[in-house]
Amino acid sequence: MSIFSEVPQAPPVAVFKLTADFREDSHPQKVNLGVGAYRTDECQPWVLPVVKKVERLIVEDSSLNHEYLPILGLPEFRSASSKVALGDDSPAIKENRVGAVQALGGTGALRIGGEFLRRWYNGTNNTATPIYVSAPTWENHNAVFADAGFKDIRPYHYWDGAKKGLDISGLLDDLEKAPEASVFVLHACAHNPTGTDPTQDEWKQIAEVMKRRNLFVFFDSAYQGFASGSLDKDAWAIRYFVSEGFELFVAQSFSKNFGLYNERVGNLTVVAKDNENLTRILSQMEKIVRTTWSNPPSQGARIVSKTLNCPELFAEWKGNVKTMADRVLLMRDQLKAKLQALGTPGTWDHITQQIGMFSFTGLNPKQVEYMIKEKHVYLMASGRINMCGLTSKNIDYVAQSIHDTVTSVQ
Amino acid sequence: MQSRRASRAGASKHADKITKPSVFVDTHAAASNQEAKSLFAFKTDDDVRKVYLAGREYLNEQGQPYVSPFIGKIKRRMSSDQTLGSAHPSSFGLAEFNHRATEAVLGKKSSAIVENRVLGVQTVGFTGAVRLGAELLRHWYNGDAAWQGPVYLSSHCDDSLAGVFQAAGMPDVRQYRYWDAGRRGVCMDGLLEDLETAPERSVVVLSASAHPTGAELSREHWALIARLMMRRQLFPFMLLPVAGLCHGELERDAWPVQYCQSLGMELLCAQSFSHCFGLYGEHVGHLLCVLRQSSVLLAVRSQTERLINALWAQPPVGGARIVATVLSNPAHRAEWQEGVWHMAARCMLVRERLREKLRLLGTPGCWDHLTQQTGPYCCTGLNVEQVEYLSKRKHVYVLPNGCLNVSAVNSCNLDYVTEALHEALSAEPLS
Repeated sequence: MSIFSEVPQAPPVAVFKLTADFREDSHPQKVNLGVGAYRTDECQPWVLPVVKKVERLIVEDSSLNHEYLPILGLPEFRSASSKVALGDDSPAIKENRVGAVQALGGTGALRIGGEFLRRWYNGTNNTATPIYVSAPTWENHNAVFADAGFKDIRPYHYWDGAKKGLDISGLLDDLEKAPEASVFVLHACAHNPTGTDPTQDEWKQIAEVMKRRNLFVFFDSAYQGFASGSLDKDAWAIRYFVSEGFELFVAQSFSKNFGLYNERVGNLTVVAKDNENLTRILSQMEKIVRTTWSNPPSQGARIVSKTLNCPELFAEWKGNVKTMADRVLLMRDQLKAKLQALGTPGTWDHITQQIGMFSFTGLNPKQVEYMIKEKHVYLMASGRINMCGLTSKNIDYVAQSIHDTVTSVQ
Repeated sequence: MQSRRASRAGASKHADKITKPSVFVDTHAAASNQEAKSLFAFKTDDDVRKVYLAGREYLNEQGQPYVSPFIGKIKRRMSSDQTLGSAHPSSFGLAEFNHRATEAVLGKKSSAIVENRVLGVQTVGFTGAVRLGAELLRHWYNGDAAWQGPVYLSSHCDDSLAGVFQAAGMPDVRQYRYWDAGRRGVCMDGLLEDLETAPERSVVVLSASAHPTGAELSREHWALIARLMMRRQLFPFMLLPVAGLCHGELERDAWPVQYCQSLGMELLCAQSFSHCFGLYGEHVGHLLCVLRQSSVLLAVRSQTERLINALWAQPPVGGARIVATVLSNPAHRAEWQEGVWHMAARCMLVRERLREKLRLLGTPGCWDHLTQQTGPYCCTGLNVEQVEYLSKRKHVYVLPNGCLNVSAVNSCNLDYVTEALHEALSAEPLS
């Protein structure tokens, strides 16, 4: 008898299952609007030109050693990444109270941050500290914090289905009612899956309550640059919170904005009260990393580091990011225009109001099923679509499919 | 009006800075681990004769980590290959890599592979493989959603190993005897006794090859251990931290794993390809899970995927691609294999030279074990005071338990190292 005979089958990860189903579908006009990765207008993954260039530079550089990176990662990568999030002139950086941990993608950054908070935040090894994630949120948030040991993971109000926007009063209410010291996972920009971000005023309101109630800020920043095309604009919320004196974590991912999905490049930025606290925090982070992956992989970090630390390459990268963001914006404009031209029932302003890769279309589960089964257009059961799955060749078909679905299925 | 508001805002921020202490004020500074302390001492030592023998990496005759020019060629070719785009992401990593890595450990004709009851996962290095295996056990061992141990580690094992199991939620980490300082070999009696008294269903971590002391279990030993473990229902977690470097071939180093599998045991095996490919930075690891029945494979696979998603989502692809490319191409493989034989052979040569030198110096103690063992790691038998003498007086650094990395010894430092060892073993203890 296997010692694993009692192991139940885990439910499939929805987004991977969707892609698997899509691949099996032989319909000539099938469209995949599920997976969260950038695609070109030819529906291909895009290796950023600056990345190809830097990869060649790295391969040709015989001075680079092949040894293990330090446990906390490549120092030039960590500092450059934190700067991208916090800004070159960040007072926190000047005050020497910003540190970072190179991690395996955004997931790894969240996991290390979570493991640290469980061990050292709000007491020692306090698994009862409530962790709040938005309703809805990236489906992996729950798993990461649960596996980090937290027992109490709760939703906070976020998406208002009726008004197709942010439920700011529900959110603020949850902040007021949350137990002191609760941790809130905030999406820095381009909220996944809704594409709906708080306005600057709303962020200010959120910050005010969080400060007053001593709630901990954990930013998830996977789309910096992708939302508006501007790195600085997309980091406004993070920088505002830092300027308000918050201690906070930022889990950064460079998978999307560098197209380095497979290299697993992430960074956990830590903004502490002062350098003394920072030193102790990083020493414990190091212990945690040592028992998770020991040292992070070097390739992706070198690519990002070289790019961010060289002004010409940095400028080229920003251009590449803007290319991606602009294509998304174009698809948003066109989809909305086509739906309006078709006279599709409902309002479609949210398509262009929402930000980033994803859009919460507002399609209900029955309509989603119809889209998949009858139209072979694959999207998440929540109605989330990836704008990058749209191309000039398939946008008419998708718009027509949405139109047919909304008019046939209620 | 504006300035008053501004100054009030400034004042409240200032007040925050004074009245609100950091939420991390109670976070202890972590004690630095032995390895870090040792490395720091070495780095700040300005004696020109200093030698560092406490690292894990295989070093070549020039004292540099192994860099294969052949691997360099492959990397350059890959970087200009336009067809290598972002492959479909998989939590389990590269399929071709997993296929080859699994074959390397179990052998192509393994019944477990043929019967489809093997799960192979690309991990973030060796530590990632151990961590993932630990998480799997903690969540799912014997259907117990909160199994906490005990986990048995050998004496003189890598000091971070216990931390990995504890981090995965298994606080009950115990030791079984392994290294016999007197006999300079495996303490078989003690080992068998400790396993005999271990609670049923304990997990036992065993080095398939390259134990930090260099001491290896013979085939007869493995037969005894396997029989005992099956009788007492102990679960084997095998380690291959420097796959290929002991006997020069992946499959030969992995013999103990094949043996246990052939007896029908279920097991986990963590291996690293960093050393035999010189891919340290890329961190290429692999976790193997051999099951008794193919019927549980899908369930175990799905739960493993869940665990991976919350750890690192997917492993980095670069290093695995190189390993897969080399292992799947007979010509590449042959060229790579030459390099691995060379590394294993060099370890043996250094061991011979060390033994001969120590014999000529008349160094106290028996040094046969140096050449009886294989691979890069070796225990000198030095005690704590002698290790300190070695570092403070002679600027030669070994691990606190007396273990060292023979590949760090080369023709430039051989004389100095052996003389230093001789002195440390003959000297009066430091007051």
